[in-house]
Amino acid sequence: MDFLNALVVFLNFVFIPAAAYGAQLALGALGVTLIYGILRFSNFAHGDTMAFGTATVILLTWGLQAIGITAGPLPTALIALPFGIALTALLVLGTDRAVYKFYRRQKAAPIILVMASVGVMFVMNGLTRLLIGVDEYRFDDGARFIMDVRTFREMTGLPEGLALRSTQALTLVVAVIVVVVLFWFLNRTKSGKAMRAYSDNEDLALLSGIDPERVVRLTWIIAAGLATIAGTLYGLDKSFKAFNYFQILLPIFAAAIVGGLGNPVGAIAGGFLVAFSEVAVTYPWVKVVGYLAPWYEPGGLMQLLGTEYKFAVSFVILIVVLLFRPTGLFRGKSV
Amino acid sequence: MTDQNATFGNRGNRDASVVNTKGMGTIDGTRRSGPVGAGRAGDPFLIGESMTGGYGKGADILHDCTISVEQGQIAVIVGPNGAGKSTAMKAIFGMLNLRQGSVRLNGQDITALNPQDRVKAGMGFVPQVNNIFPSMTVEENLEMGAYIRRDDIRATMEQVYDLFPAVAEKRRQAAGELSGGQRQQVAVGRALMTQPQVLMLDEPTAGVSPIVMDELFDRIIAIARSGLPVLMVEQNARQAMMIADKAYVLVQGANAHTGTGKELMQNDEVRRTFLGG
Repeated sequence: MDFLNALVVFLNFVFIPAAAYGAQLALGALGVTLIYGILRFSNFAHGDTMAFGTATVILLTWGLQAIGITAGPLPTALIALPFGIALTALLVLGTDRAVYKFYRRQKAAPIILVMASVGVMFVMNGLTRLLIGVDEYRFDDGARFIMDVRTFREMTGLPEGLALRSTQALTLVVAVIVVVVLFWFLNRTKSGKAMRAYSDNEDLALLSGIDPERVVRLTWIIAAGLATIAGTLYGLDKSFKAFNYFQILLPIFAAAIVGGLGNPVGAIAGGFLVAFSEVAVTYPWVKVVGYLAPWYEPGGLMQLLGTEYKFAVSFVILIVVLLFRPTGLFRGKSV
Repeated sequence: MTDQNATFGNRGNRDASVVNTKGMGTIDGTRRSGPVGAGRAGDPFLIGESMTGGYGKGADILHDCTISVEQGQIAVIVGPNGAGKSTAMKAIFGMLNLRQGSVRLNGQDITALNPQDRVKAGMGFVPQVNNIFPSMTVEENLEMGAYIRRDDIRATMEQVYDLFPAVAEKRRQAAGELSGGQRQQVAVGRALMTQPQVLMLDEPTAGVSPIVMDELFDRIIAIARSGLPVLMVEQNARQAMMIADKAYVLVQGANAHTGTGKELMQNDEVRRTFLGG
């Protein structure tokens, strides 16, 4: 019984939140790793692309709600999502035209593109704030819980409760679908293979008749899609605040690098690794330990780090990986 | 390395955690094609005529250089190191700025086309290095060769596998894991998948063992005999001239000697300077 209670507490406070957070990071990291692999630079503007995408989704959601369209038990944001993706794709394609294309034509060193992306990040930062503001917004509607604490207690008779919020379940389901579709696209379709070919050997791709600009455009559209989906899921799960999306860039980069930059499988693994470490390190384990080892009386909360230090976890993971396995867990392109 | 990088000693490009320099290209893919003009009467199948030009804004490397290949023949470009052999090939493929001269293929003037569109116009090119997609399988490499085709590519793929049985066995393996000779075969196979009207090879035998080299030469002859004109740059001048219907000796970016392979082999000056007596 005590073991079951410990398990329920663990699932409720660590596993489920971390899995949802991990899926959001994985989707973000997939976008970063895709741009790194194909466009050859780390896109610092990815976090703010997520913010912009989410902001458009929120505005569209409000619009839909105002004219009375909702998705029933599901969040209305799901209906707004495709349109949000389209708008974000337009924005990043415009950015590419205005900023990155110039450097690509010059065959500029990728580090210059990295720095340009920092500039783009600041502009998008401002754009998002002009669009929606700096406040915190909640835009989840529909059913809040698939399983709430009280129902779970009544069902099982355990003193501890387990809650599964619909946004968490939604996050995982959408993430799985997106990942399956993305892998199918990259490995099975002609355009996806062309993207991999361009990533492998730009010149030879061109000599095979692959239009490099088309590959670049496709990559941006997919990255915009991934960013908007990741941002919207994150916003539904927690809340939307532009600044948080700027901060989430660090765990996303950590996830992409831990997994091996340029390797999509690595990005997913890295996302979950970072999320689980972050949650596990900042969670007060005293309750779980209390059930598992009742004889042991810890003095404190058994929390390794305060939640305000959660970003330190990403930093530490980054440093450890770069020191001991710079290519990431899965062999990335940075070999 | 671009001029910009060279100026700064490639600083800042070494941190693989933010930049990915692997497989980076050198050809400007953003360039748009100009119009296709009319060819001239009596042209060979492919001709790069009085080409003068160099890379980017740099000095001229080619000086009034003319290279051509006739239907069903093998033409080779030989010459000492730094003679501009590969540059001449790249000029024909549109990878450098021509200040003078024109390139004409099959009765069309394609001087203004970018490399992508030259592939569509029927040119197949195998670069000297980095001529495969290393992380993709052999089969995917061939599929990418056929990227511009809309029809069924399986028959062509079988032909390529027949031509190179060694790589046929490894069709599911990543091309980057193959040996040097097999990689070259994949590279040539990839170019053949386009079903080009002319095949251009830049030192196909560079860095492979003599046995593999002989085999590659055999295959290239077989390709030419099937009616596909082949233009290639070769280091092994003697062997190349033996199989050449036409040979060009380049010196400092200009034509020094031109003739059939046999003629040049008998030319005293050519023998003394390039063939070692």
